[in-house]
Amino acid sequence: MRLKCPLCGERDRREFHYYGAEDYLHRPEVDAEPAAWDNYLHLRDNPAGMTRDLWYHEAGCAQWLLVTRNTVTHEISAVELVAERAK
Amino acid sequence: MRYSGLKVITEGLFGNKGWKPAWRDPAPKAEYDAIIIGGGGHGLATAFYLAKNHGLTNVAVLEKGYIGSGNIGRNTTIVRANYFLPGNSEFYSHSLKLWEGLEAELNYNVMHSQRGLINLFHSDGQRDAFARRGNAMINQGDDAILLDREGVREHLPYLDFEQTRFPIYGGLLHPRGGSARHDAVAWGYARGADRRGVDLIQNCEVTGIDIENGVVKGVQTSRGAIRAKKVAIIVAGRSSQVAAMAGMRLPIESHVLQAFVTEGLKPVINHVVSFGMGHFYISQSDKGGLVFGGDLDFYASYASRGNLPMVEHVMEAGMTLMPMIGRAKVLRSWGGIMDMSPDGSPIIDKTHVEGLFIDCGWNYGGFKAVPASGWCMAHLMATGESHEVARKFRLNRFATGHLLDEEGTGSQHNLH
Repeated sequence: MRLKCPLCGERDRREFHYYGAEDYLHRPEVDAEPAAWDNYLHLRDNPAGMTRDLWYHEAGCAQWLLVTRNTVTHEISAVELVAERAK
Repeated sequence: MRYSGLKVITEGLFGNKGWKPAWRDPAPKAEYDAIIIGGGGHGLATAFYLAKNHGLTNVAVLEKGYIGSGNIGRNTTIVRANYFLPGNSEFYSHSLKLWEGLEAELNYNVMHSQRGLINLFHSDGQRDAFARRGNAMINQGDDAILLDREGVREHLPYLDFEQTRFPIYGGLLHPRGGSARHDAVAWGYARGADRRGVDLIQNCEVTGIDIENGVVKGVQTSRGAIRAKKVAIIVAGRSSQVAAMAGMRLPIESHVLQAFVTEGLKPVINHVVSFGMGHFYISQSDKGGLVFGGDLDFYASYASRGNLPMVEHVMEAGMTLMPMIGRAKVLRSWGGIMDMSPDGSPIIDKTHVEGLFIDCGWNYGGFKAVPASGWCMAHLMATGESHEVARKFRLNRFATGHLLDEEGTGSQHNLH
């Protein structure tokens, strides 16, 4: 598997560290209810199909990437910089 | 039909014409007392113990594919009870005791082999941690022996003790640990459940769960609707999809774990050996193949195959630990879909829907847990109460902070 980093181009999977689902971008406010934190930290849609998750280009540009990919086929359809994502 | 040595001999004399299918192939009835979604090891064991321990025999096991087609037929078959945390420790201890009586219980040869399991350690700190773990195992009533380097050498003379990046300081020996024949476990439980009247319905995919006013009424399947007052979801890597049919979002992320097997060799590795620092473990099957594996591929996946970097990593770790295996030819590798929970421990619990139960989150340790998981899930379904050795495997423990993080690696699905 190879990921096309927006800054570095297509690179080997071993350069990247997988963190987890896109949910990690939606951190609750500090005073949020425990259920919101449970949702953020633990509960996952875990789709068999298209998903969006966070990868860190550890051995490259050190950017966090938001990857859109298929969990069944491993096909990658988009890689965006988290720093530049549309809010 | 009861199996016995005499039966094997007489069948051998008369052309093996008297063997019958090990279980029936019934059509689904319109209603059952209980439905189990998933004909894997855990589902079959649950059905078996529902019938045997609780007298509930009007039960159906619904399997999308064929019996034993999932992780129960595609794992590395390790059986052990070397857990540390209260909550895990008593559960796996109970499971190992069930393993020890399983063949007599099922009248089926599951080839359970208590050849001993050795976890290697490579530093003073790791030795302390393993000594503590060993004490926890002994306190639980199981067995553990702390070996120094020479002690390990007596058991495993073929390891590379000096040259590795992680010199071997010793190991924790768990003599009652070992392995079993994975398919036979599925087949034994399937046959045992069938003989007690449970319907095993194959090629029957559940497509919906019927719920009215918060109470489960049955399921929709590719072979029609089936009613039941109790429904259990026991589907491992597909837990999130089936639970979503009941409106649930689970604390599960599915990951792929690879395993490998070599050509058949003469007996060379007598134990189960784990090399945690290199993410590698190995045993030799009774057929002679070296069965080994490593860590997850680390990213969420439903592709039942792995990625090459982990193949390379596992091979490197194996060569680091035991260079003698370098000339063995790898026959095949495969990937299984693991239902990873955020703390690495499983869930056996009720859900927010009355009559709907869930058994999932086995990470990559589900095989050894099959007997106790079935035992405790059956207990929960029949009595409505958690079994005493599974009472910490709650679905809501992540929300309440009562995590069972055996490895102490934090609340992230791929770190256990």
